[in-house]
Amino acid sequence: MAGLFKARLLWIGLVVVILAATLPLYVSGYVLGLLTVAYYFGVFAMAWDLLFGFAGEVNFGPTFLIGVGAYTAGILDNQYGISVYLCIVAGAAAAVVAGLVLALPALRVRGPYFGLTTLVAVLMLQNFIVVFADLTGGEIGLTIPDVISIDAGTNYWIALGFMALSAVILYGLSQSPVGLILQASGQDPVQAGALGFNIVKHKLAAFVVSAFFSGLSGALLVFYFGTASVGTVVDVSVGVQVIVAAVLGGRRTVLGAALGAIFLIVAGEFLRPTGELATFIVSTVALLAIMFVPNGFLGAALSRVRS
Amino acid sequence: MLVLQILIDGFAISALYALGATGFTLIFGVSGVLNLSHGAIMVLAAVAAWAAGSVLHASTYVGALIGVATALVAAIVTYFLIVQPIQRSSKIPHEEKEIFVLTGTLLWGIMIQELIAYFFTNNAKTVLPIVEGVVSIAGVRTPSNEIFTAVVCCLVILLLWGLVNRTRTGKVVLAASMNPRGVTLLGYELTSVYVVVWSIYGVLAGIAGVLLGMFLGVSSYSVGPLTASAFSIVVLGGLGSVSGSLIAAFVVGYLETLTAYLVSPAYRTIPALLLLVAVMYVRPQGLLGRR
Repeated sequence: MAGLFKARLLWIGLVVVILAATLPLYVSGYVLGLLTVAYYFGVFAMAWDLLFGFAGEVNFGPTFLIGVGAYTAGILDNQYGISVYLCIVAGAAAAVVAGLVLALPALRVRGPYFGLTTLVAVLMLQNFIVVFADLTGGEIGLTIPDVISIDAGTNYWIALGFMALSAVILYGLSQSPVGLILQASGQDPVQAGALGFNIVKHKLAAFVVSAFFSGLSGALLVFYFGTASVGTVVDVSVGVQVIVAAVLGGRRTVLGAALGAIFLIVAGEFLRPTGELATFIVSTVALLAIMFVPNGFLGAALSRVRS
Repeated sequence: MLVLQILIDGFAISALYALGATGFTLIFGVSGVLNLSHGAIMVLAAVAAWAAGSVLHASTYVGALIGVATALVAAIVTYFLIVQPIQRSSKIPHEEKEIFVLTGTLLWGIMIQELIAYFFTNNAKTVLPIVEGVVSIAGVRTPSNEIFTAVVCCLVILLLWGLVNRTRTGKVVLAASMNPRGVTLLGYELTSVYVVVWSIYGVLAGIAGVLLGMFLGVSSYSVGPLTASAFSIVVLGGLGSVSGSLIAAFVVGYLETLTAYLVSPAYRTIPALLLLVAVMYVRPQGLLGRR
């Protein structure tokens, strides 16, 4: 049954993406803008899930990778006026380098220490952005002169296409032999090592892939926003949102993480009339979800199909 | 003169940091829980003390007591409502309990923070100090409140040391941090040990929160930075090592004060973070941590 479901998942996903692609024909630009952001967040959450759900490493600093990608792309565009696409590629590359610098020493430590190191990395990045305000725009944010497109529909399609492509790659990776080894080394590193797999190498690869997609998505997001600020791409609370999205959607499902992110962003928008209580309600729902449905939406659905 | 000023100011800040981080590290040492709602509980205590003073017109002593009591209740509620259900849940695999407790307490902290912001706004609140006035120490004008803060912090830490090392309850707590199963075999209920630890933590975080409210003032925005600073001090000192966090608190406190006085207040947190990164690279278990 599980195998059948997985094969069917591809078709379900394809139908959903095609349906989603027709949205610009009949919904307002406001909804499209909301979903565009949600899709980029979906990529953040999927990239995080690859690291946590499969490699078993808790990365408390997804925004370190996102922020490095976003700010590199933004600064290159702002200071040197390089073409948008080169900036985005450079942003992704910078995120990969930053991921390597962070992961090489961090992976030597286990459990909470890894999480702590990644959290400290975010705080450092945040401080540097504020200190080097001339370059980064500081607390006010960085203005980005260029955008990919001003058309809401085009931006939406780019985001949707990017998310779908990332989902295929990340999901494919998680189901491949490499994904299995990652899962094994996450759950029992000693046994996986005893089977002859190089755990550090695999985890490092997972970190690099995660960093690449986080950075790429972060760079695309700033070119959609036209601005990069600490509050939107670096702050710890953004990272928390990414983590909550992934756990809410379902760990070890990759696709669930994207669903969780879309849910969180859309729910936050629906709760806007409640004003200051919106964050409170979202946190409460997320807390109840991780306590009572720890496997997340997709995880719970999958286990129901299996039984 | 400047040297003396840095020494005095640094001491008060460090003592406050030490008090805030001690409870945090105690819980980790005994039950392996990193409580990320720490900052929220500290701010809650300060805001409760502030509200008691300015809304209910209670005296400063009563206000401070209300603040500490609020933190105590919040800590126990955190344990029974968030931490224990997650630890006992059969749906969460054992090796993932840690991340669930982290995420759970983090969300819980955000909930407390948002409620504070909703009912008492985001504005900074300064609790009326218990001791007022200024004294001169060898020519340096120092607020009495600053000295009061340092003295109370040191006294409370001493008391804690006595409690852990000299009383029967303290010894059970210490034993539980070394070998939980051994303690249960001796007939102690682990849950009650944890309740004791969380109560101690609540009182410590409450006192630290109220003192912080008197010394620097708090707002719901301080929640994140407070958790982060307790976190970095505890990591620097070594997770679970109380003496390690005391040393680390003074290192961080003085580093920040030195930077604030000699370089610029804007950069005050950076050297401590750099030191933290350096320590993580060279000695990931922290100054006095065990792995």
